[in-house]
Amino acid sequence: MSLRPDLALIASHVQPGTRVLDVGCGDGMLLAALRDERAVDARGMEIDAEKVEQCVSRGLSVIQGDANTDLAFYPDDSFDYAILSQTLQTTQRPDQMLDELLRVGRQAFVSFPNFAHWRVRLYLLAKGRMPVTRNLPQTWYDTPNIHHLTIADFRDLLDVRGVKVKRCWFLSRGKLISPMNANWRAHNAVFQVTR
Amino acid sequence: MATASIISNHGTVTLPEPLPLDGEQRLDGVEIAYEAYGTLNPARDNAIFVAHATTGDQHVASPHPITGKPGWWDRMVGPGKPIDTTRFYVLSANVLGGCMGSTGPGSLAADGKPYAMRFPVITIRDMVRAHVALLKELGIERLHAIVGGSMGGMQALSLAANWPDMADRVLAIASTATMAAQNIAFQEVGRQAIMADPDWQEGNYYGTGKAPDAGLSLARMAAHITYLSEESLTGKFGRRLQDRDAKSFGFDADFQVESYLRHQGLSFTGRFDANSYLYITRAMSYFDLEEEQGGRLAEAFARTHAKFCVISFDTDWLYPTPQSRKLVHALNAAGAPVSFVELAAPFGHDSFLLDVPALDRVVKGFLEQ
Repeated sequence: MSLRPDLALIASHVQPGTRVLDVGCGDGMLLAALRDERAVDARGMEIDAEKVEQCVSRGLSVIQGDANTDLAFYPDDSFDYAILSQTLQTTQRPDQMLDELLRVGRQAFVSFPNFAHWRVRLYLLAKGRMPVTRNLPQTWYDTPNIHHLTIADFRDLLDVRGVKVKRCWFLSRGKLISPMNANWRAHNAVFQVTR
Repeated sequence: MATASIISNHGTVTLPEPLPLDGEQRLDGVEIAYEAYGTLNPARDNAIFVAHATTGDQHVASPHPITGKPGWWDRMVGPGKPIDTTRFYVLSANVLGGCMGSTGPGSLAADGKPYAMRFPVITIRDMVRAHVALLKELGIERLHAIVGGSMGGMQALSLAANWPDMADRVLAIASTATMAAQNIAFQEVGRQAIMADPDWQEGNYYGTGKAPDAGLSLARMAAHITYLSEESLTGKFGRRLQDRDAKSFGFDADFQVESYLRHQGLSFTGRFDANSYLYITRAMSYFDLEEEQGGRLAEAFARTHAKFCVISFDTDWLYPTPQSRKLVHALNAAGAPVSFVELAAPFGHDSFLLDVPALDRVVKGFLEQ
């Protein structure tokens, strides 16, 4: 099985032998890859009991918990990297989540769907309704994405919080694209950030 | 249908050294009764110790010698089962203070009379110390895992904290690192029921032809309620009447739930010693790993390299999920590799003993990786 493109990107930029926390780790695909291919001490947090069960069956150390509240129980600097993939827009307070990621981890990888992609913009402009696209398939009332954001929004948040960008990548349909006009062209963004 | 016994080894070991106790006494000639399934491999590294709960025993997956019922974890331990005896050497022992072959208050003291209340008050750590001594006698230096539910989980945690190199994996199900006030309270009710029974005779009922069955039965009835959930009681009994069409306007067991509890209480007296019940519940009420480590629970796990798995059940109100979470947070703070999951199951605290397929999968997954 191959990793989702944003996860593959993250995996390839994690230094071998480090300690990693994947927040919202799902069935543990990324953690298993990090453990098996990069000798990473890989830990996870996941809210869904069935997915935690799958992780434990893979021999991963994963805690069932709510990222909105339970990151508080990790000491400062517990990890070299904290990872939050495609989840920031679902958190209750993305700003506080960013702070927490960079408290428990020295660095963080954050990936999220870009709400400023031209298809999304066009959808809203033309239809006057909350966009439903292949990348964002849920309707406004049943979507877990309660805090949609754009690449520009995220950069603003990083500035406000004094967080530095170490690297960033932009994806369109799973393929890397140039940073040129990324906020129009990228479906997804991946940021590697540090305090 | 009779099935072939899967017992590969059993017996009673007399510990060669006096056993030091937390209560600053020593016990001479301690005997520990054990039972094992499967085969210890040549590397001697496939042993799993199953620690039993309050009223459990070493008959994990073999018929109980008194009741004839299947072992208390028969559904979990055996060939091809989640704790697979074709792969692991699975060992269990009756706890110190117990009444199924290990030294306890019903055992004979040096003067040839039963200890009764002269038996020293013991702790969970004392039980584990006796298990460690047993393992040494059996030539097992290291465990692939220690597994336990409820009081068994406490033993597993105590082993990790006090003998940090003994087990590579620690699995604590429906358990806690600190016995909470509510649990202490329920157990005090049970002990008072026993001690209020005139047949208890200050504990010296052995050989008198009388035993505090009424008190022990009441203790069991009260405790049994705490092992279940409102949902399971309602589902199993509701308000249905027992063998009658109308209420009796008396104090017979009109309701099925009353009849069930009375039966649970009575049948318990046939297989359990009242003084053992006093000593074992006392040990549980003293259990507080946090206090043992000077108030920092994380310290308890600072020295071990074991992997941990903590499981709770959503309907368990005796050892509720927040107690497991507190333990998990301490393990996190200690940097220990830990998995935690709260499983959905309708049976309350007893869920760890019953048919919960997700539990089987987590146990198997954790032990086999």
